[in-house]
Amino acid sequence: MIDQDVSGQSNAPSLTVESRADGAYLLLAGSWTINSARSADIVISSFLDDPVRPTGMDLGGVTELDTAGAWLIEKLGRTSGCDRTTVVNVAPLHQILLDAVLQAGVQQTAEYKQQTRWSDFPEEVGRNIVDVIYDIRLLFDLLGATVVGLFSSLLQISKFRGVSMIHQIDRTGLQAVPIIALMSFLIGGIVAQQGAFQLRTFGAEIFVIDLVGVLLLREIGVLLTAIMVAGRSGSAFTAELGSMKMREEIDALKVGGLSPVEVLVVPRVLALVISLPLTTIVSNFSGLAGACLVAWVYSGIEPEAFVAYLREAIALNTFLVGIIKAPFMALIIALVACSEGLQVSGSAESLGRRTTASVVKSIFLVIVVDGIFAIFFGLVGF
Amino acid sequence: MTGILRTTNNSQSTEAKRIISVQGINVGFDDKLILENLNLDVDRGEILGVVGASGAGKSVLLRTILGLAKRRSGSMTVFGMDYDRQSRSQLRGIERRWGVLFQHGALYSSLNVIQNIQVPMREHLNLPQSLMNELAMLKIQLVGLHPDAAYKMPSELSGGMIKRAALARALSLDPELLFLDEPTSGLDPIGAAEFDALILKLRDTLGLTVFMVSHDLDSLFSICSNIAALADKKILAKGTLDDMRRLDHPWVQAYFFGTRARRLIAGDL
Repeated sequence: MIDQDVSGQSNAPSLTVESRADGAYLLLAGSWTINSARSADIVISSFLDDPVRPTGMDLGGVTELDTAGAWLIEKLGRTSGCDRTTVVNVAPLHQILLDAVLQAGVQQTAEYKQQTRWSDFPEEVGRNIVDVIYDIRLLFDLLGATVVGLFSSLLQISKFRGVSMIHQIDRTGLQAVPIIALMSFLIGGIVAQQGAFQLRTFGAEIFVIDLVGVLLLREIGVLLTAIMVAGRSGSAFTAELGSMKMREEIDALKVGGLSPVEVLVVPRVLALVISLPLTTIVSNFSGLAGACLVAWVYSGIEPEAFVAYLREAIALNTFLVGIIKAPFMALIIALVACSEGLQVSGSAESLGRRTTASVVKSIFLVIVVDGIFAIFFGLVGF
Repeated sequence: MTGILRTTNNSQSTEAKRIISVQGINVGFDDKLILENLNLDVDRGEILGVVGASGAGKSVLLRTILGLAKRRSGSMTVFGMDYDRQSRSQLRGIERRWGVLFQHGALYSSLNVIQNIQVPMREHLNLPQSLMNELAMLKIQLVGLHPDAAYKMPSELSGGMIKRAALARALSLDPELLFLDEPTSGLDPIGAAEFDALILKLRDTLGLTVFMVSHDLDSLFSICSNIAALADKKILAKGTLDDMRRLDHPWVQAYFFGTRARRLIAGDL
């Protein structure tokens, strides 16, 4: 049928006017199908410019007809003022089709059009602010529900989803080790090289060890790990919970007497709170190893010297400052991811939007929290 | 002129009566064979109902014919064209001549109903937007949906409405061949009967050929011109309802002589 449309121009829909005894008749011929609908539409609209008003239509020449063609003929009849009773020479099967189209009728509803108005901008801003407030409320709701769920499962230890939690620790912690180690190794090396290059001009190249040690342990290790986990596991949480929501699995849990928070959110939050500090330690060591290698190759500091100097340069609190932040960041990532996942509505687009929002929000909040901790530790002098 | 509208004047000689011909196909996953040496022919204008126990491979057969599931061996022709010998553009040509209604509708969730129906038109034809709107509205009303449903998103529709909207999309290019996967499952009996009547009407007016996977005894009895029973990895037999009832196979006997089937037949007589 496509071939005909491309090659068989002889079969193209045509429309001619013929004068008969009882007035002008529209002669329709050729194939009136969806494949030829475009040319048929053009034929019709060019005819409508013609001042001749026909008294009837003759469908004798129509070779092929489908619902699209039947609709075009019906439309032609309506606009040219031809009544259905004036249509002649219709093949019986074509008649069924014309009747079917007439029966269905094309009741056009006004298309929902969004008009741009001046008040749109403030309206949108207001809506967004309300959304943000709603989001924050939801986050605290979920935090509360998680704490309640956690305590109730601690009181009744059989209700605790241990297997699920271990599984999540494996996925978010253990399986993330290679990429986090590699990334931290590279960053450690890069920071060391940059530091050494700048400090060399002052002849203070050895201080690169102080620089790297403090920077990695206090800030970069935990921050990079949190960002990687937010992108890696946060998005996974949102997508999992979101698709469960879409397929009514969350509703199935609810009506089955199970709390979605207890079954799905608590194990994920706990798993991340446990695994993020551990992966942060991996990140710290890996970053220091990268720095050690670069210091050796680039600045000629032997590894033994590096380790010895590092022990002078940093204290336990340097390490603790970084590691204390990890569980808080994990909590934020898991809660944001789960709350976004639970807000997914029916469409695939909404799932995509929520997953994006989950990653963006959790990375942003992780950085904000990092800043708050920096101020706090600065004030208490830790 | 032969009672089938779509090919009246220019009934291509190459395009015989046979619409689908499946010869000796083997389909399986991993080391398990689901369909073994299966043969099936579907003729033009036929409404074929494929029945079989759950897990017998009905959906796999449908997906194989659609080219979604890989077959290990055997040949398949659709519209008289050998599936394996077609170029990509020819395959696209085949695809635009059939419409598929998936079991769960498979409407594109980020588009509203009217946009869903226009997707095939947009993809395959170059029609003006106003005409596409009119044709889509026509299809919506043809399948018995209220015009207001046109601008709803799939997530706002009920199960029956999703089925109808998905049928409207399947019909959007006035296909010659319609695949229906459990078209009436999830519909109330009245809705299911309307659906059956609609398919019958479309067959009569458009000269559709329908390949239907169904469990619904009502539809099988009322609209299918032929029934194919799928069991033991192959098509046991294809024929009319009476042929089926004469078939000596435990599952077929249980299916067509079960209490529900007997009640329906008794009601018919």
